[in-house]
Amino acid sequence: MNNEQLYDKTRVPLIQLIDIYKIYQMGSTEVRANDGIDLKIMEGEFVAIVGKSGSGKSTIMNIIGALDVPTTGQYILKGQDVSKMKSDSLAEVRNKTIGFIFQQYNLLTKQNLLENVELPLLYAGIHKRERKKLAMEALARLGIEDKWKNFPNQLSGGQQQRGAVARALVGKPSLILADEPTGALDSRTSRELLDFLKQLNDEGNTIVLITHDRSVAEEAKRIVTLKDGKITFDGSVNDYRKQV
Amino acid sequence: MKFSQACKLAFMSILGSKMRSFLTMLGMIIGVASVITLLGLVTGVTNYLVDTFADMGTNTISVSITGTDTRKVDVDDIYDFAKQNDDIFLGVTPMVASSFTVKNGNTSMTTSVIGVGEDYLDINTLELSSGRFIQYADIANRYEACVIGTYVAEELFEGKVSVGDTIKISGKVFKIVGIQEEKSDSEANTTDDRIYIPYSVATRLTNSSNISSYTFATRNTEDTEVAEERLDNYLYGIMKNEELYSVTSMTELLDVINQMTGMLSAVLGGIAGISLLVAGIGIMNIMLVSVVERTKEIGIRKSLGAKKRDIMSQFVVEAIAISTTGGIIGIIIGSIATNVLGKAFGIEAVPTMGAILLAFSVSAGIGICFGYMPANKAAKLNPIDALRSE
Repeated sequence: MNNEQLYDKTRVPLIQLIDIYKIYQMGSTEVRANDGIDLKIMEGEFVAIVGKSGSGKSTIMNIIGALDVPTTGQYILKGQDVSKMKSDSLAEVRNKTIGFIFQQYNLLTKQNLLENVELPLLYAGIHKRERKKLAMEALARLGIEDKWKNFPNQLSGGQQQRGAVARALVGKPSLILADEPTGALDSRTSRELLDFLKQLNDEGNTIVLITHDRSVAEEAKRIVTLKDGKITFDGSVNDYRKQV
Repeated sequence: MKFSQACKLAFMSILGSKMRSFLTMLGMIIGVASVITLLGLVTGVTNYLVDTFADMGTNTISVSITGTDTRKVDVDDIYDFAKQNDDIFLGVTPMVASSFTVKNGNTSMTTSVIGVGEDYLDINTLELSSGRFIQYADIANRYEACVIGTYVAEELFEGKVSVGDTIKISGKVFKIVGIQEEKSDSEANTTDDRIYIPYSVATRLTNSSNISSYTFATRNTEDTEVAEERLDNYLYGIMKNEELYSVTSMTELLDVINQMTGMLSAVLGGIAGISLLVAGIGIMNIMLVSVVERTKEIGIRKSLGAKKRDIMSQFVVEAIAISTTGGIIGIIIGSIATNVLGKAFGIEAVPTMGAILLAFSVSAGIGICFGYMPANKAAKLNPIDALRSE
C-alpha cells in the first residue's frame, strides 16, 4: 500500500508544507526566497496566496506545483512526500495530481487546441480515443468545443485562457494551481474566469490561486499573504479585509 | 508517450521549418549519395577488371616442366592426364613459343610463332575473322598450317590476305588456314602480332625434343585450386622433385586485383564517410538550436507531466527522422548518379545492396548519436527555467 491509498481526505490536509526553506545562492549573498513556511490546505479549499514581487510567492507556487523542491523542509501532497523526489517522479506528480493555469496561457503554438488539451493525458499514457473524448468534454465544459481545430494564434486571449483551463481540468487533478490567471485578461474575461474558478470550487475542487492583485485574491475563501519569504497573514477573506 | 506520437511530432517539426530541415538534410543527402556512388563505381571498376582478366583466362593454369632424362612427361601423358580429369579440366594445350623471320615474297618481318594444340582456341577464347583454327589432323599429320594475327596480315599483306595464301616461316612454306579477329588494335608486340602453328610442327622448327610449357583451362574459375592440387600431385608423382616443374594460376593474380580494389573502396568510402560525419555534426548543431528555440515548449510539456525520456525521445526521433529522410533521398540520388556516371565512364556500375544498407544504417546511427546530446540537454532542462524563457 502506498501513501496515496492511506491518504484520508477528511482528516489529512491535501497540501502540507512543513518548515519550507528555499535558499538561492546569488554570488556571495544568500537569498531566502522561502524562509520557514508552514501551511496546510484541506481538500475543497479555495486559497489565494498574495504577495508583491519578491515576496516568495512564485517560489512557493513552484514548490506546491511540484516544479521545484525545497532546500529544506517537507512537502506532503496527497499523502506523498514530494520534497525529496527526483525529476521524473515530480513529473508524474504534476501529471496526475496538479492542473496548472498560467498567466501566459502556455499553449503550444504549433498544436491545435484539442492537441493542447490532450497533452496531460498523452503523458499519462491514455489511449488516443479516450484522450480525444476527455479533451472534447473539457473543451465543452469551457464552451469552446467548436474551436478545437484552431491553433492558439487564431484564438482571443480569453479563448486561449479557457483552453488552458480545459487543459488543467482534463486530467481531473486533485489540485488546480492558478498562477496570475487573470494577468493577461481584460476585466470582463477576468470576471468570467474567476466566476468559473468559484464554480469549480463549489463543485468540490481544491484551488490555489497565486496573485499580486488584492481584488483578485478576495475572490478566494482563504487568503495567505507572503512577505520576504514568510507568511504574514493566513485567514478568511473577511479577516483579511479587517486587517487591512 | 508512444513512439508513433514521437514520430508524428518529429515530422510536424520538420515540416514546420521546411527550409531549415532541407538544408540540414542536404549534408546527409550528399554524404550518403557520395558513399553509394563511389562504392558503386569502385564495384563497377572491379567487375570490369575481373572481366578483363577473365578474358585473359582466370581459369587458366600454366605448367612448366624442366624434367630430366629419366624423369619426364611427354605430350601424350599430359593429354591423358587432362582427359582423366575432364570433370574439372576444359582442355589443355602445349605452348611452344619462339621468334622467327616470316616472309611473304620479299616482304619480311619478325614475329612470335607459337605452337599450340587444337584446344588453344577455346582456352583463350580467340575469335577468327575467317578460316579455321589449327586442328587435330594438322597436328597429327605435322601439316604446315598457320593462323595469323591482324598485325602480321597488315605487315606482310597490307591487310589484303585471304585463306589459302602462303607465307614462309624460317624458310618453310606454311598455308594460312585462318585469320584471327583484331584484338589489340593491330599493334606490334600484342596478341595481334602472332602466328599460331601446330605444336608438332613447332617442335621441329625449334629443334626441341620435348615440350616444356602447357596451359590448362578449368571449367570454372572456382575449380582452379583443386586443379592446381591435382596437377601438382600428378607431376610430383613423376618428378619426385618440386624444382623440376611449376604450376601457377591466373586466380592468384585476380586475388591481388581484388585486394587492391577492396583497398580502393575502403579509402574512397572512408573519404565519403567523413562527409557523413560532417552531416551528423550539422544535424547536432541544428538540434541544439532547436532545443534552445523550443525551451518554452519543453517547459510546458514538463509542467504537464512529460518525463525525461518523453522529451528525450521526441528530440532523438526528430534527429533520426531528419537523418534517415536525408539518407533515403541520398540513396535515391546516389543510385541514379551511379548509373549515370557508370554509363559515362563506360563501366557497368550499380549501387551495391551493401553500400545502401551501410549508408542507411550509418545515417540512422548518426541521427541517434548526434541527436542524443541535444536531446539530453532538452530532457535535463529545469521546468521552471524553461517555463520562464520566451
